[in-house]
Amino acid sequence: MKILVQGKTQGVILKSQHPINFLGTVDKKTGIISDKNHELFDKSIKHSILVFPNGVGSSVGAYTIYSIKSNNTAPLAMICQKADLTVATGCALANIPLVIVTDDEFSSLQTGQKILLDTKSSNPITLL
Amino acid sequence: MELTQEEESALKGEQGEIMQMAYRILVATGEATDAEKLIPIEWAHLSGVNYNTIGDAGEEFLSGISKNARVKVRTTLNPMGFDIDNVSNYGLDNNFISKQLSIRKSYETMGVTPSFSCIPYEIFDMPKDGTQVSFAESNAAIHANSFDNLKTNKESAFSALASAITGKSPYSSLRKEDSPNLTIRMKIDNPNELTYGMLGFFAGKVGNNSVNISGVGEMDRRSCKALCGGMGTSGTCAKFLFGDGAPDCEKVDFDKKEMDEIYDELNTAEKGDLITLGSPQLGLEEISDLTSRLKGRSFKKRCMIFCPRTVKDQARKIGYTNELERAGCEILADCCTCLTPLISKDNVDSVTTNSIKGAYYLKNSNGVDVNLKPLSQIIEDETR
Repeated sequence: MKILVQGKTQGVILKSQHPINFLGTVDKKTGIISDKNHELFDKSIKHSILVFPNGVGSSVGAYTIYSIKSNNTAPLAMICQKADLTVATGCALANIPLVIVTDDEFSSLQTGQKILLDTKSSNPITLL
Repeated sequence: MELTQEEESALKGEQGEIMQMAYRILVATGEATDAEKLIPIEWAHLSGVNYNTIGDAGEEFLSGISKNARVKVRTTLNPMGFDIDNVSNYGLDNNFISKQLSIRKSYETMGVTPSFSCIPYEIFDMPKDGTQVSFAESNAAIHANSFDNLKTNKESAFSALASAITGKSPYSSLRKEDSPNLTIRMKIDNPNELTYGMLGFFAGKVGNNSVNISGVGEMDRRSCKALCGGMGTSGTCAKFLFGDGAPDCEKVDFDKKEMDEIYDELNTAEKGDLITLGSPQLGLEEISDLTSRLKGRSFKKRCMIFCPRTVKDQARKIGYTNELERAGCEILADCCTCLTPLISKDNVDSVTTNSIKGAYYLKNSNGVDVNLKPLSQIIEDETR
């Protein structure tokens, strides 16, 4: 596990097997995913622990992450399988905890699980 | 990542809040890409300019930092939301216009060149081979790495901004000599720019940092730009090399099946209410080519053409603009099809374009249907 942005929070996992292009497919005001081909279409990422493989696409997606945080529609934390610069820098500026997990850890996380994420702990992800 | 004493001091906030923020972003970037240190860069190209994409939060953020932040290296800028010369024709509200002008002012205050272009590689002189740069625009980063012998990460809007303010960037794998672990075998005969856009979109989906592409012949500039635009839209991949790659490289075919899947994902209409050309923006060469292909014919419906300001000015001097306007084209500088606020689902159901990048964002962000065709087909079907 690699910690890219520190923080402590607890919440319910919303997981996608699909990468996310934050720009253009995440509504800044509601946090709802607008891409009809996406696994999370019509779902809101607001206040979730968002688990997804990685961010893709436009570099401006970092501003989308900053905007959803400012609009209070951002996830509480993000957990990815692969680090990408759009998500890493968006979370760094918006202060959204971000960790990169191994493939096994990624497969074990499921939508609906309630977890405690504490990047300072020796065991950063605890199932509640 | 190892930091020098001066960099550590900036990260602690001893050189002010702006430097602290910039170094916090660079450190997150470095950790994400397993870089061991920061290195100097000579040119930053920023995204995050269009009010349609960065919104109020972005506008306020830039206005705030522009009070103190100044760029340390040559810094250029992505397109904004409109062309000030003809914005009154498009029914944008005053709030949009004033927020967009505020964003422009913030960047100019920081010392950024207001180039408003997503094709810096086509309108500026290129630095010498191997120069380290930080390009945020995804098609431009891929073009720089693959065709221009420059070196850049696929920067985010914030990592490029942090590089502009500090003159530094993490020494990540894309900045070194890397060898891709995947080769895409292009199997489609007689490709046009739409085929290359779909090949790029496919490569972005299956590739990681970089990919080899085999089986492609000579590509014209339009096709190169389409490949880079497509790849930047779908993935994290930021470089391709031509050739078969190492013998132990994993091989993936791009054949009719793969192409049809992408076409079916992005093509959602049989025809468009209007045509857009330019995502990435058109350069002078493409404007000249379009003018000669028209040969006195006129578009049967609206055709919006997006290009950089310098290209629009040159096109007017040479006389291309007169010919294109006669053919019914609307020529827009400083903005782009991608994330344009000038096309709204309130008055447009579907758009015809030859751009995969444009199609993806028109569909997902503007919420309109898209009809994909290569330029040759657009001219055949849509002009008389």
